[in-house]
Parts: sequence; structure tokens; C-alpha cells
Amino acid sequence: MSTDQEITREIAIDVRNAVKRYGDFTALKQISLSIMDNEFFTLLGPSGCGKTTLLRMIAGFEDVTEGGIYLYGDEIENLPPHQRPVNTVFQNYALFPHMTILDNVGFGLEMRGSSKADARKRAGEMLELVQLSQFAARKPSQLSGGQQQRVALARALAPQPKVLLLDEPLSALDLKLRKAMQLELKHLQRETGITFIFVTHDQEEALTMSDRIAVMSAGELQQLGAPTDIYERPHNMFVADFIGETNLLEVSVDKIEAGRAICHLGGGHELTCNEVAGIGTGAQVHMSIRPERLFMSEQPAKGESLHGRVKENIFVGTDISTIVALDEGPDFIVRTSNSDRGNKRIFEPGTEMYINMELGAARLLVD
Amino acid sequence: MAAGAASGGSAVTDTYKESRTWLLMPAWLTLSILVLAPVTMMLVYSFLTKEFRGGVIWEFSLAAYDQFFFDRGLFGDEAPKVEWTYILIFWRSIWQAGAATILSLVIGFPTAYFIATRPEQSRPLWVFLITIPYWVNLLIRTVSMKFLLRDQGPFNDLLINIGLIDTPIHIINTNFAVQLGLFYSYLPFMVLPIYAAVERYNFTLSEAAADLYASKWVTLRRILLPAVKPGVIAGCILVFVPSMGSFLAPDLLGGAKNFMIGSLIEEQFKGNAGNWPFGAAASMILMTMVLIILLIYARQQARADKVEG
Repeated sequence: MSTDQEITREIAIDVRNAVKRYGDFTALKQISLSIMDNEFFTLLGPSGCGKTTLLRMIAGFEDVTEGGIYLYGDEIENLPPHQRPVNTVFQNYALFPHMTILDNVGFGLEMRGSSKADARKRAGEMLELVQLSQFAARKPSQLSGGQQQRVALARALAPQPKVLLLDEPLSALDLKLRKAMQLELKHLQRETGITFIFVTHDQEEALTMSDRIAVMSAGELQQLGAPTDIYERPHNMFVADFIGETNLLEVSVDKIEAGRAICHLGGGHELTCNEVAGIGTGAQVHMSIRPERLFMSEQPAKGESLHGRVKENIFVGTDISTIVALDEGPDFIVRTSNSDRGNKRIFEPGTEMYINMELGAARLLVD
Repeated sequence: MAAGAASGGSAVTDTYKESRTWLLMPAWLTLSILVLAPVTMMLVYSFLTKEFRGGVIWEFSLAAYDQFFFDRGLFGDEAPKVEWTYILIFWRSIWQAGAATILSLVIGFPTAYFIATRPEQSRPLWVFLITIPYWVNLLIRTVSMKFLLRDQGPFNDLLINIGLIDTPIHIINTNFAVQLGLFYSYLPFMVLPIYAAVERYNFTLSEAAADLYASKWVTLRRILLPAVKPGVIAGCILVFVPSMGSFLAPDLLGGAKNFMIGSLIEEQFKGNAGNWPFGAAASMILMTMVLIILLIYARQQARADKVEG
């Protein structure tokens, strides 16, 4: 079913072997990815990973050193920015300070040849969409950060671009406003049906909003997939460490049989993981286990169990994080929902207990 | 705010008021000694009677202003007609200074933009290079220009040698020579304020305009220029005002035909042939004109701001 859908869906932006070099420094090393029509696509990574460079290359602000960029099949990497039917929401909004909010929103329409009256009418509708109609006559400096953000969004959406580029648009907002805007953005994307390419360093933001995420680091694509893929099945160390909280453990692979890898954690502890292509018997690799996939019990439960002792409980609002030391082995973090406190799944420090997980919770990682 | 604090009348605000008065003294002294006193002196002198070997007789007279605006014949006994000589000189000054300002803007704006868009660490060097020629005395620079531009000078030689022209172009003793001289005298005053404004400009705004389908020209006109307008205006004022009263460039490069108001004033205070009250009156008229031009501009600006919202 889903494969059929993907075949009929058009590719909105196709980046083919794109390389970006600044002198000796390579900012992007041969990136290829296809962003689908009507997709909420996120480029995620720490600062300096090349995500903004890639976005700016799509917008036309940076040249492409090698490779190509295609917009619905048309090659665009040699077009100047004002000839590309994509619009950008800038990190610090970049609203024109000497123009009113209405003129800001209408600017792109006017530049595309609409009459001033038409541009104003359409700009008014856009302001209605982001609920800022009453501020139409004001200047940007008279608006709060969140309002400016919405104006920037309305301005970029007004000319009905084929693709909307968003460069960390929420990073300057406080937490509460950011959460509200995340939802608003997601809804806007569904309503308008425009392809969104969103750049962020905030993994939670990426997981919340995206249809698919490209995790980048040091100018390279680390993993591309749906949020659940990336979270549940991180491909390598970087992704597992960057996305969410995890237990990263050094392990050696003892043997591989029937698609399972038996791994040794040190201190005589063993765990069974899924086999990963390229990791053979005897390999020294890393393993990732999400803390919320672990649970504690007095007696070993079904699945995989490891014996240890509680070191510390840390209250983190909705959850309790428990640090567990395995007998002569590594420490683990176990996350238990706060509502489970009454079910005696929390143990006092010093208590001996077992930590348990389902088969498949532990994942081997490529370095 | 300040008025509210001052009217408080408590001990604290009184001390504050007192120390503020003392702290402002240097500014007041500077203003009164260097601005108020000379202008007042000039104003007073313009209403005195002239002494034939320069200097003044302390006797009230409107003769200086009368001489500027009215022609009463050689012996001063005819019916007054409008005296066009000085008004024409005045008009020429405005025109020449305006042309020099436009020339400075056309050359200075791209220069300032160029400097402001260099890597941050090399900008001071460019600013330094712009100011280097101005370490040389203005008189020497103007005389050098005369030498460079004369009919048998290097500029014409070069054009003839590369075959662009057959006979030298007469530049010296034309209006254009004066404009060129004024332009060169005051160019840094145009470049520096514009540079300061462009350096503060947020270039993401230009990217945003390009992203919204504006061409480079439209971006310049509708986004960059409005943002750096204060710098452009400051530059224009700083070039126009001293150009109006300048006398070196008009004297050396313009010859007798291209007399400007600065030269007229200079003549009145030079040697024994001068007329101090008349020079003072011409200065006052020049100052009034410049102030009126600035006031008209300021009022229009205020009105434009109000219309914009």
C-alpha cells in the first residue's frame, strides 16, 4: 500500500550528489536525498553539520560546488534566488523594518507582478490565516517575537511557493510559544499542502513535526527515515546519541546465530540483539538501549534480564530516571513513568533487582 | 522622564540636578565659545558700517544687506533695482555644491558599500586607505588637481597618447572642474557615514527580498536604500554644506568666471580692499539659506514618516 503511494507521489526537491566546499573546507560531502511533494521534511543536526548550508543551497543563497538540485524535475542550482519558486522563513525573521506588516506580507506577491491592490488583498487573507489581521498597519518592531514569526511565515507563504524552507524558525521563541508554533506549523503545512523543509538542531521538535527526518553530522547524511525509524532503530552511534536519551554501551559480539547477535557487556553479562549487516563475530561495537524500554523487577522477567543494584532515583516530572549499576558491569539508566510509582516498579537506592527488556530493545550500532 | 525627576524637589534630585549642571558645563562652554560667540559676532558685524581699509565702524547700518540685494547705481543715488550679481553667485554656489554632492554620492555609495561588504578584519584598512589622501593639505591637493587636469597636463596627455582624443579637453576654468575639485575635497564625508550605515545593515534583509522575487535593483531601491537613508542624508549634508562655502576649488580650478559665494566672502576679508560688514552679511545669508534648506528637508521627512504610519 504505502509503496504504491510513494511511487505516485512526485519528488519536490531532489538533491543529487551535492557537494559544498569553502576553500579547503568541505561543508557538505556528497549529499543525495529526495524530498516528496507535500512532505514535512526536517534536516536535523548539531550546529555546523551542514543542514543550513544545504537549505541555503536550495534557496539559492549558496552556490553548489558539485552536483545538482532539482525542483519538480527542473534543474535549479544555477538560478538566482529571485527566480526560484521557493520561499524562506529566516531564523531571525528578516522582516523589512520600514514597511508595515501588510506590505511585508504583500512584498513577494507584488514582486511576482500582482497589482498593489491584489497584493494587499491577498496579504490581508494571509494575515487572517495567521490571526494577525489587527496588526496589518503596524511596523515589525511593534510586534512580539512570536507575532513577527507568524508574519514571516505569512510573508513566505503568500506567493504560494512550491516549497517552503524554514531555517530554525522557532529557535528564538520561548518554550511554551515554541510548542504552540510547532502545532501551528504542522497544521499550516497540512492546510496549504505545500512541501516544508525544516531545519532544526532540536531533536524533539524534529520528532514532533516531521514526516521524515534527515539526520546530518559533519556534512554527511547519517540516517534518513520517519521519526519512529530514527528513534527506535538508530543506524549508528551518532544518531542514537543525538536523538533522545539512550544507554550507549561498549559490547563485543560473541556469536551470531539465526539473525541474532549474542553480545557481551563485561562483568559476565550477555544480551541478545538483532544482527546488523557489517558487524560480525568478535566485533567491538556500541549498543543502544532506550531507557524507557527497560523495566525493573525483583525476579527476572520474560525476555532479557540483567542483575544489578539501584544507585539513585532522579525525579524528572513525568518520569523517574533510575541509575542502576550491574554487578561488575556498566551503569544503566532506566526510565519509569511516574504513574507506575504505585505499582512498585520503583526501588529504593541500594536494592538489588533485575532490569528487563524485550528482545529487540537493544540495538547494535555501526560506528 | 527628566522633567518628572527634576520637579521632584527632594534632596536627591536636587543634588542630581546640581551635578548635572556641572557635568554639562564643558559642552555648554564649547557650544558658546565655538558656535554662539562667532555667529553672534558675525551677525553684529553685518549690521555695522564699513571702514575703507578693512575693519568696521561701530555704527548701525543696513548698507551691507542693501548692497547684496539692491543696485542703486554707481553713486548710490538711483532708484533701487534688484542686484543680480550676488544672487547669481549664490545660485551658482547652490548648483555647484549640488552637482558635487551628487557626484560624491554616485562614487561614494558604491565605495562605501564595497568597504562594508569586505571581510570584517580588512574593513579598517579600506577606511584607512580612503582617508590617506586627506592627510595632505587641501591647498596642495587642489593645486595638484589643477596641474593634472590642465590642457598640457598628464590627464590630457594620456588621452591623446592612447588615441582617444586629438586636441586636449579644456577642463580647467569650467564648472565641471570646480565640481570635480569639490567632489575630491569632501568625498570621505560622503563615504564614511554611508559606510557606517551599510555596515549596520542586516544583509539577511537583502536575502529575504531576493527570496521574495525582488531583483538586485529592486532590492537596492526598496530595501537597502531605505535602511541606510540616514547615512546617505548625513553624507549629503556633510558634502553639500562645506561645498557651498568653499573657495579653494572655485578659485584655483574655476577661474574668475566661476566665482562662488565662498570666494566672495573670502575677498571681503582679504587685505585692505575688503568690506567686513558685506562679508559678514553674505555669510549670514549663506548660513540662513543652508538652514532653510535643511529645515524644509526635515519638515518633509517628518511628514513622510507620518504618512507611512
